[in-house]
Amino acid sequence: MESRTLQKNLLELIRRTSAELPADVVRAIEKGWRKEAPGSNAQYALKVVLDNIKLAKAKSLPICQDTGTIICYAELPSWLPQATFTRAFDAAVAKATAIGYLRQNSVDSLTGKNSGNNLGPGSPVYHFAPAKGRGLTARLILKGGGCENVGIQYSLPDGRVGAGRDLAGVRLCLLDAVHQAQGKGCGPGVLGVCIGGDRGSGYVASKEELFRALDDRNADPRLAKLEQQIMKEANELGIGPMGFGGATTLIGCKIAHRNRLPASFFVSVSYMCWAYRRNGFVLGESGRISRWLYDS
Amino acid sequence: MLLEAPFTEEKIRVLKVGDMVEITGVVFTGRDAVHKYLHDGGKPPVDLTDGIIYHCGPVVVQEGGKWVVKAAGPTTSIREEPYQGDLIRKYRLRGVIGKGGMGAKTLAACRESGAVYLHAIGGAAQVLADTVTAVEGVHLMEKFGSPEAIWVFRVLKFPAVVTMDAHGNSLHAKVLAESEAALQRIRQGG
Repeated sequence: MESRTLQKNLLELIRRTSAELPADVVRAIEKGWRKEAPGSNAQYALKVVLDNIKLAKAKSLPICQDTGTIICYAELPSWLPQATFTRAFDAAVAKATAIGYLRQNSVDSLTGKNSGNNLGPGSPVYHFAPAKGRGLTARLILKGGGCENVGIQYSLPDGRVGAGRDLAGVRLCLLDAVHQAQGKGCGPGVLGVCIGGDRGSGYVASKEELFRALDDRNADPRLAKLEQQIMKEANELGIGPMGFGGATTLIGCKIAHRNRLPASFFVSVSYMCWAYRRNGFVLGESGRISRWLYDS
Repeated sequence: MLLEAPFTEEKIRVLKVGDMVEITGVVFTGRDAVHKYLHDGGKPPVDLTDGIIYHCGPVVVQEGGKWVVKAAGPTTSIREEPYQGDLIRKYRLRGVIGKGGMGAKTLAACRESGAVYLHAIGGAAQVLADTVTAVEGVHLMEKFGSPEAIWVFRVLKFPAVVTMDAHGNSLHAKVLAESEAALQRIRQGG
């Protein structure tokens, strides 16, 4: 495949991720809109959100101006070296920034200077793995700063939350996570959670959970049960969209687990906003996209 | 409910928490860098009197020699809480547009000075970009970069919800208290 072809496809991945919300997310937001009281601030907020989703798709422009951290997962087949992929994706990111699909979002932490093209140390964030088949699988999530700032990592036992080292404790942490995020994470939101791991791997795994479909079911029955419980209870908090008060506070809760040290018990929570921008494709060696991973 | 320039104290004091308004007039974007700069004594390059500040880092590109707004939703306001109240008083700001609300210091300044907090719908970058009929200027861009500059937007019917009014009321405080009570109930029930 020519590098120009690879770059063109990656640019389309970026454009689609930034401008079009996957169908499962839109369905969940529509469901929430129908549930809110007529004339309420909550219903009004979701109406504007739904109008915005349609408008962004029609204009092919960012759903939200904070196009966030660019997190790219690539499963590389043997015909595609990592350096080649990175070069192409970096170029696609810079191009997407120049066009306006991405905001200039990368700031030097020591000088405060904006890099202007979203490239810089650690940006974009890359995760690589070998591909299982012959195609390249590329996944992208754009995670905005507002919701990133309300992510939280608990170290159990946690005295403030009253959480011990068990699933009952995890439940209290997740309720606390939703509660403390109110108004700040552009709800209705989605929780990506990892029970266990170290402080680094826990957070990374919690974000990987955000690649799951909203209407899927956790293969582990213990976690499936906890996910459903949190969905019910978090929405009983009445925080609502934007923290205006209302019935639609959380539209998803996805939980993973990893082994941990005996001394440590972390619960890592990544909070994702309603502008839940994730997408991906499988690309053949011919340069053609064989399928998109989410319906638009 | 229309909120049209000029933004007088009288018009502002009539507003109550929960009012859904449509703003027409000029707003100035300003976020982390600008607030710190102004608070530390930097001179504003625009006249902020009776003005509305919009916590926003827009995506703006040059097309055919003009500035075009590609995305313009709000950023989280609470980061400016250390600075906002003082700036409201000092410059006689009439409104702060943002998301997530602000704290007690800002609420007090709103009451004393006659200002309101206007909650824009977070993430509604395209709906809000469409309300911008003209970009009348940009300031401090070389210093702070594009998202952190002061963009001067003329807007038409920009939708927002009053969540902090000029009478000491805050929807955020109300929802926090109610959700806190709900949380305690749920914790005991589970």
